[in-house]
This record gives sequence, structure tokens and C-alpha cells, in this order.
Amino acid sequence: MEGFLPQAIVFIIAAVVFVPIAKRLGMGSVLGYLIAGIVIGPYLLGFLNKGEDVMHQAEFGVVMMLFLIGLELEPKNLWRMKNLILQVGLTQVLVTTLLLFGIGIGLGFSWQISIAVGLSMSLSSTAIVLQSLKEKNQMESQVGKLSFGVLLMQDIAVIPILAILPLLVVAGNLPESAGIESHGLIENFPGYIQTLLIFGAIGLVVLLGRFGFGPLLNWVSKTHLRELFTASALLIVVGITFLMELVGLSPALGTFLAGVILANSPYKHALESDLDPFKGLLLGLFFMAVGATINFTLIAENTSTILGATVLIILLKTGIILGIGKYKKLSIPENLSFAVGLSQVGEFSFVTYAFALQLGILSQGNSDYLMAITALSMTMTPILMVLMDKFLLPILNKRKAIEREMDEIDIKHKVILVGFSHFGSTLGRFLRANGVEATVLDFDPDQVDFLRKMGFKVYYGDATRLDLLHAAGAEEATILISAIHDPETNMKLVEICKENFPKLEIMIRSKNRTDAYELMEKGVKHIYREHLDTSIRMGQDVLKLLGFRSHTVHRLGLNFREYDESALAILSKYKNDEKKYISAVKLQIEQQEALLSGELSRKFSLNDHAWDSESLKEAANKN
Amino acid sequence: MRKILVLFAHPKFEHSAANQALIHAITGLENVEIRDLYELYPEFNISIQKEQEVLFEAEVVIWQHPFYWYSCPPLLKQWIDLVLEFGWAYGPGGVYLKNKYILNAITSGGTKETYGLEGRNRFTIKELLQPFEQTAKLCLMNYLPAFHLAGTHRISQENLAVSAAKYREFLIQLRDSDVLTEESLAEYYL
Repeated sequence: MEGFLPQAIVFIIAAVVFVPIAKRLGMGSVLGYLIAGIVIGPYLLGFLNKGEDVMHQAEFGVVMMLFLIGLELEPKNLWRMKNLILQVGLTQVLVTTLLLFGIGIGLGFSWQISIAVGLSMSLSSTAIVLQSLKEKNQMESQVGKLSFGVLLMQDIAVIPILAILPLLVVAGNLPESAGIESHGLIENFPGYIQTLLIFGAIGLVVLLGRFGFGPLLNWVSKTHLRELFTASALLIVVGITFLMELVGLSPALGTFLAGVILANSPYKHALESDLDPFKGLLLGLFFMAVGATINFTLIAENTSTILGATVLIILLKTGIILGIGKYKKLSIPENLSFAVGLSQVGEFSFVTYAFALQLGILSQGNSDYLMAITALSMTMTPILMVLMDKFLLPILNKRKAIEREMDEIDIKHKVILVGFSHFGSTLGRFLRANGVEATVLDFDPDQVDFLRKMGFKVYYGDATRLDLLHAAGAEEATILISAIHDPETNMKLVEICKENFPKLEIMIRSKNRTDAYELMEKGVKHIYREHLDTSIRMGQDVLKLLGFRSHTVHRLGLNFREYDESALAILSKYKNDEKKYISAVKLQIEQQEALLSGELSRKFSLNDHAWDSESLKEAANKN
Repeated sequence: MRKILVLFAHPKFEHSAANQALIHAITGLENVEIRDLYELYPEFNISIQKEQEVLFEAEVVIWQHPFYWYSCPPLLKQWIDLVLEFGWAYGPGGVYLKNKYILNAITSGGTKETYGLEGRNRFTIKELLQPFEQTAKLCLMNYLPAFHLAGTHRISQENLAVSAAKYREFLIQLRDSDVLTEESLAEYYL
């Protein structure tokens, strides 16, 4: 199948068919995409013949994913992870490489091949592991953090690995190969300039992240054109990728760095929600491409060798990571998820095989075998994970139920506060004063900047966008507060929340009575008319100044508010019945009359017989 | 001259002729401070520190309140619960109220006769006020018999005026007398 549109149709149909099935069977989306890829690949339906090409394009999804992950990690948190990254990550990479090297030598391969293969295979698949962790909501768990640490170290390790491979050629006197793509445009410069340029590029990313992107996004967001904001977000990621490729660094690492720097920015959630669909689609494409690259003819011809090698690799990596997990005092179920999750060979090894092939370290035949093993391992680990989650872990967890519960502490807040103007900020301050931190969203870029300077954690974004609400953690939150003054926005927000987050308790500020009616009709239970409390309080103070007793006034105020709220509920029903007959204006007048006639209100004041001894006195005097 | 603190609690003072007369009679007396609790804390948010400061200054404390359901109105109970802190009013280190005098000044709709073995309230005022007496005891204070204005449902203007004047005399005695005992005060009770 040639041409963009037919190809796109094939990919999308495959995804739409297989991923939901996989999800329904509890297998996770990664496996669904892999299966979809196998089905449309050259050995089944034959729609897709060059999986490798697509894969290369789709790797951009991995780059985006790392940017998004960076966004979730603030620099200080990253710094806190340095021991984790160095100890756990480095141990994993070095031990795996050494063992594979030993095995390679033992099997009679040249030491160059053994090193190249060892290094490549020590890496795991960032795409698969992180996607699965996110899907299972385990990024914040101990397992999630450890896995992330290992993956990050592996991404860093890419840089030295790419540097080492050409040295093997020199050392082994193998024929020098020309045109090494991966080192970008600067390969012709002498070494020290290359180094300088690399540091310069990293410095540029840091500087832009600190001082460039914020003002850019602020400027763009003032136009209130969503597509421009999305375009800017893409510009950031694509730009950094380009820069990194130019100097021969891992684009994933570069965008990750930019993400970390932007993690403190008010645009964090907006960026996340804008880039998330792109990332999702590209990753899906990437996984399908991996599925399509599996060479089933080769596997069929050498079943025992390839299957054996794949199982050996998975067992070896699992064993090493289990050891690390044990040292890190993970419980048995945790350790199993950690180890099996990371046991596949990563997508990056496709790059190193190609590189090694160019350098002449690997022969075409070897490379084919390795590709098959890698793709197979990437397909097998998600299956293993499913089997483990479904059958093994429930048994183990039953015994460890109490210990497990403490693991997954989520950093997303239970309360989301939308709108941080005067109303919202007072509310937010009150909550904060009582130890309740809310995730705050606001749509005014200047306001957000100002509040950030004042030390509030406010995020920029339009809360009526579902993806932003997702990014802000609406799924895990218990309460969503809207302190927005615009009734239409509120109404939209209510609709979105009711539809997508039925469990979320919604509390809405409303402008007036009419506004409140509509919210009531939508089934909102917590409605706060913005002027009700203040005007009653002011009235209370008037009464006090007129000589009323404070406590009496306090009770009168409370009673009046209760009366007014219940009158609202009653009148809102009445409104529905008469809707067809009375125009809105007439209705308004009628309601005002009902309220102002004072019949009801006077009654309730006069009916205050609390601590009244009149009747007692009458009774006493009769005797 | 002793310092007197009147802690007055009435949720609907504006409707109480009896308490208005009593409070009016003692207002402006030298060295007598009246704290109108329901006016100060309409929402029951009592400032513990402020109350303790005032309490510490006083030598004679009067809980003045209507006798509702054989007890005091809820805000005064809240005051007792919050202000008489462990470690301050009682318990280890709780010596700040030691040797101060304290008593209830109460108004009741029912007459004196209804409070007693034969009356329909079956117990005497002294018996019914025992929780207050014991509270005072625990705080190492000297509890004096209550000043009781009874039969307010049927009281005449003239009688109320007389009773109010006697309340004033009673307070002056508490303020100025050298000794304060049940006997020395006997003639000043109603």
C-alpha cells in the first residue's frame, strides 16, 4: 500500500480494531498495538512492508513522551533521584552488559560483537515500560520510580554507547565505514569542538527552558487561540529534537531536560494536554512498527535458536533486576513487576544494530537475528506482565495486602480549584491555611505569572478542556471547585465533569438566582451564590449597629440563609412547571415579588420563639 | 477592694426583664467588670487567651445566667469547657485560679418554694448547682452560695427593682468586705 492516506487508514483501522480488544481483555494498549502491527505486517496481511522506516519516524513519539515525563518531574525531584539513577540504573546497565559479553564470548562470537550486543541489549524499552506504568497508574509508586530511574540511566547511557561503537572498529581493525548518520552534522569537526558544541547545545536548551519558552507561551496564550499554543508546544519539542540530532545527542534526553525545566512553569498542564494526543498517536504507531518488523520467516526457520535466545535474554535481565530490587528491599510482588517490566530489549537497540551494521561490526545475518529477538522480547514482556498481573500477583498480594497499600501515594491533589481571581484566591488561601493544597487552574496568563511570583502553584489553562482536567488529575481528585464568575463557562465545566468524572464532587460559584436554577437543573448539589453570604453578613452588621444583640443577629442570619436556600429550591421547581407560559422577565418579577412581599421572611423572624418565656409567664399567671 | 468579674450569659437578653434589671443595677460599679458572653462571642468562637487574662486579674468571679434546665446556657458551658484548661485552671501547674472566689448568680421562673424536697423541682438550688461547685473546687477556688432571683415569671416591677438593688449591695459587699464567707454574706442574699 503506497501513499499517505491509504497507509494512514490501514494504521488507524488496525489500531481501532485491536487496541480496544486488547484493553477489554486487560492486556494494556501496548500489546494491542504490537498485535495490530503484526497483523498488518508483511507476514500476515502485508499492508506494511517496511516497519523499520515507520519505526524511525515514530520514534518521535518516544521523544515526546520523555518531554511529557520531564514536565512531571521538577528539577529538585530529579536531583533527589540522582542516587537512584546512578546506583540502580548504572548497576543494571553494567552488569547486564558484562554478563551478555561473557555469554557472547562463550558462544564463540568476536569480542567486538559481544560488547556491541551486550551494550544494546542491556537497554530496556522506555516506550513500553512507561506506557504500561502510566496506564496502570503506577508512576508514583516505588516500582514506578525505580523503573524510571533505570530507564533514565539507560537513556543517558546511549551517549557513551554511540561513542564506544566506532572505537571497537578502530581497535579491531575492521574496515572503516563512511557516513555515520547518528553523529549528525558536526562529525567533521575536531573532537574538542564537538564536545564544546554538545555542551553548548545542552546549555542552549537549559537557557531557553529557563528564559525563552515561558515568555513565548505567555505571548501566544494571550491570543487565546488554542491551535497556536499547540503549535508552540510542538515547536519546542521539534526544535530541541532537531538541535540534539544536529550535535548527535539523544533527542529524548534533550526534550526530557527541557521538560524538567518547564515542570515549574504555569503552562505545565496546558503543554501536557496539548502534546498528549500527539504522543499517544506516535507511540501507537511506533509499537505497530515494532510488531511489523518481527521477521516471522526467520523465526519459523530458526525457531529454537531465536526463541531460546529471547527467553534467555528475558530471564537474564529479569534475574539481574530482581537482584537490584531485592537490594532495594522491594516486596516480592513489587520486585517481580519491576524486573519483568524491564526485561525486554529496548527500541534503542534497533538504532545500535543499524549503526553496528554500518560500522561492519555486525553482519546482516546477525543483525536480522538480533532484530527478531528484540522485537520478540518487546512483544513477550507485555504478555508476561498481563499474565503476572492477572494470575501471579493476586495470589502474592493476598498475603501482602496490608504492606502494599502504603506504596502508591499520588502527588496529585484531591482538590482542583478552577479560577484564581479574588474569589478563588481567598478560597485557596483558606484551604491552604488549613493544610489543603489544591491544584489551581486559571486562564489569565498575567494573573498566573503574578500569582506564581507570589508563591502559589497555579497552572495556566482552560478548565473546560477535558484533556486539561485529565492532566490536572480530575480522575483521582475528590472535589472540583469552580470559582469562575462566568455562568456559561461554569455550565460547560459542569457538563464535562458530569459526563467524564461522575465521581467528582462539584462545587460551583454562581452569579445569581437564575444561574443557580440552571445549575440545579444540571443536578449540581453544591451551589454558592457569590453575593448571598456577604450581603447577609452586611445586613447582620446593620442590625448590630441598630442595637440588636450579636447572638440573635447571628441566628437570624443563619436562619435567613437557610430560608433563602430552601426558597430557591422550591421556586426552581415552580419555574419548571410554568416555563412554557411565563416569559423569563415576567418570571423574574414574580419571583422577586414572592421574595420581597416579605410574607415569608416576616413570618420566619416573628416565629423565632427561642428562649421565649412569654407563654411560660402566661401559664404561670393563670395559676 | 477586690476586682469582680461578672461572666454574663443570656442568649436572649433583650427579652429578659429580670436580667436587664440586674445588669443595669451593677453597671458602672467601680472594680466590677461585666463580660456579656453572648455579645462577645455570638458564634461561640471564644478567645481562650483573652478570657484567661481577664479571669486571672479577677478576685471574685460571678457566673450570671438564667437557670435553664437546671444548668447554664450553652455558651457558658462552652466557656467552662474551653477556658478552664488543664494545666492552667486545674491539674499539674493549674494554679492560676487558686483561692479566688466564685459563685453563680441565677434567675429562675419558678419560685423559691419549687426548689426543695417538697417543690416540683425536688432538689434545692445548692444541690442542683453541684456541678459548678465541684468545677470551682477542682480549680482550687472558694465556691460561695448562689445569688438566686426566683419567680421571675410573676415578679412585679417594684419587687424586681428591690431585688436589683440588693444584687448591687451584694456585689459591693463582695468587693469591699474583709472576710467572705457564707455567714458574712448571709444577710445580702435575697
